[in-house]
Amino acid sequence: MTATRWTPPTLDEATKLRIHDLMVKARTTEEMQIRMMRTGHGYFWIGAPGEEAFGVPLGLLVHKGHGPAYDYLHLHYRSSPTVLAMGSEPIDALRQMRGTLTDPYSKGRNFVNHFAIKPWNIVPVTPTIETQYAVAPGTALMQRRHGGVGISIVTGGDAGTAEGDFYSGMNWSTRPGQELPVLFCIAHNTWGISTPSATVQNFRELNKRGDGFGIKNVCIDGNDPIVAWHAIAEAMDYVRHERKPFILQANVSRLYGHSSSSGAHMHDEEDCLPRYEARLIQENLSTAAELKAVWDRWHDVLHDALQQVEKEPMPDQSHVLQHVYYRGQAGN
Amino acid sequence: MANMAQAIRLALHYGEEHLGVTDIFGEDVGAPLGGVFTCTQGLKTAWNTPLDERGLIGMALGIAYGGGKPVAEIQFCDYIFNCIDLLKLCGNAHWSSAGEYHVPLVVMTPVGAGIHGSMYHSHSFESMATHIQGWTVVMPSNAKDAYGLMLSAIADPNPVLFMAPKGLMRAKGEELIPGEPADERALHHAIDAPVGDRTGWAPHWPPVEDYRVPFGKARLARQGSAVTVVSYGRALTMCTHVADDLTKQGLSVEVIDLRTLYPFDEQAVFASVKKTGRLLVVNEDTEVTNFGEHVMRKVVDHCFYDLLAPPRLLAGLDVPGVGLAWGYEKHSIPQPDGIAAAIRELAAQQP
Repeated sequence: MTATRWTPPTLDEATKLRIHDLMVKARTTEEMQIRMMRTGHGYFWIGAPGEEAFGVPLGLLVHKGHGPAYDYLHLHYRSSPTVLAMGSEPIDALRQMRGTLTDPYSKGRNFVNHFAIKPWNIVPVTPTIETQYAVAPGTALMQRRHGGVGISIVTGGDAGTAEGDFYSGMNWSTRPGQELPVLFCIAHNTWGISTPSATVQNFRELNKRGDGFGIKNVCIDGNDPIVAWHAIAEAMDYVRHERKPFILQANVSRLYGHSSSSGAHMHDEEDCLPRYEARLIQENLSTAAELKAVWDRWHDVLHDALQQVEKEPMPDQSHVLQHVYYRGQAGN
Repeated sequence: MANMAQAIRLALHYGEEHLGVTDIFGEDVGAPLGGVFTCTQGLKTAWNTPLDERGLIGMALGIAYGGGKPVAEIQFCDYIFNCIDLLKLCGNAHWSSAGEYHVPLVVMTPVGAGIHGSMYHSHSFESMATHIQGWTVVMPSNAKDAYGLMLSAIADPNPVLFMAPKGLMRAKGEELIPGEPADERALHHAIDAPVGDRTGWAPHWPPVEDYRVPFGKARLARQGSAVTVVSYGRALTMCTHVADDLTKQGLSVEVIDLRTLYPFDEQAVFASVKKTGRLLVVNEDTEVTNFGEHVMRKVVDHCFYDLLAPPRLLAGLDVPGVGLAWGYEKHSIPQPDGIAAAIRELAAQQP
């Protein structure tokens, strides 16, 4: 039965600790990917260290499932905190990083963090930085017709909003009488590869572009997971029940640069994790030792995962022609 | 007989009623116009969109992801060029996701010259389209094939590009579509919207039936023995007229209508070339990196020792556009006299 109301999970103490756990899960997974890149266990790396404080709450608040009754996710390649928070396994990300045949997202065909998970409505992540803004209104149209509380969530960076597809997404979501339930998320890290955003775009608050379309919007501190949780929950509540679009900009850090192409070295930007850990300790929700144990546990998981991934088969000639065309029944 | 625009409309109606089409959309596709060529008049799922081709393809991909069956129209293929990467995403979603997703959608667009369309209503797109992997690419040359190819496109679970020759939209078919009324005036009154106020108008659809032209299956348009001519779309109709004239003059010409460009019917082409030893490919697209070169390469690979003359391509000149004045189009797009001359030259060549 299709739900008609949505209530976000409670942000209780257990959830606050779970957020931390998932932020560490995401960070350690990506740092392992960077290690793989440096040690020849993978090629190109691109990901989201520094965006965990926004990505993890987003993943936890997704109405997860398959079909228009649930949320569709049109993600960009800095979305691993969201997908890991939804329940994906770190080992699968390492499989994609290495390009193994066991990579469940692309069988070794796509870059790391290019997910495709149909049971969770995660449509294929593409290396383009903007096309997802033009596609999201399509799933949202199906959700508008279906009814319920399912929405289409589209994420991107600040650089991608310079493309016309961002305009298309806003325009197609606000046709009079045909408004669509799209949650636009801009993770603003102030960079487009090597170019400072402030030198090529006239706005720090890109969300305000929604004003011209009558789209409600807000800009938040994306390095604070508690702020992010409440902002996302509020935005989702609006989109789910008003069935109209919303733009949520989260100002985040880019801790390891653009990708392996820029070296993937640690940059001197605010790190959301130690900031959050200080808060957890200050609020007596955890201790330094307990938090360290979280890191140790995920490091062990990742270490074991890498050992496993290295044993797994790689694609060969027999796999090249697989899945060029779908040969099953028509329809989805 | 239905013309090609009516045939497409009937096919889309059948698709709505029987094949799960959820959305037919594009610029001016919905009421009141129903498409600049009238292909979408009166269809119950037709709607108008912003003038935004990238948004159109994105919407189609999203609808397909969301469980729908979209048919999106790019009003003229001349305006599809800014959509290349979105078309690529439609075509690679199944492969890149290792079979997790597939994309059941149709994009239809009018192509080619022949309507005095000047620089931005005369483009061809097949050479680029067949270079975008994961798509099936079709182009009919008559109304009945347009109907049958469109039904196959709608029923297919992969992306299909349906290219309709602009110059043939008003060309009447030579065979009835199954279920089409024999009286074309009756068909006109039943499904063509009136000129002027259309607010009270509704179509009365004839009981058209399931008729499909399978992908990858060419049509033997003319049987002959001296030269094989491979073509499609509007150029095909020129080729058949020329072949009829030449046959009367004693030169036997075989004409193959590809209908599906990708994947094209290699076996039909090879069999014909093995019989005639001579191949001419005719189309309107510009000649450099032309789709016809692909056909010729395949023929050289498979029929080299059967050839009696070098395969030949007659295509559009390699110029930036088709000019408005007739002199430009006449001298940059293949015409019947040039096709006849090329066939005669091929037939005269001896090894």
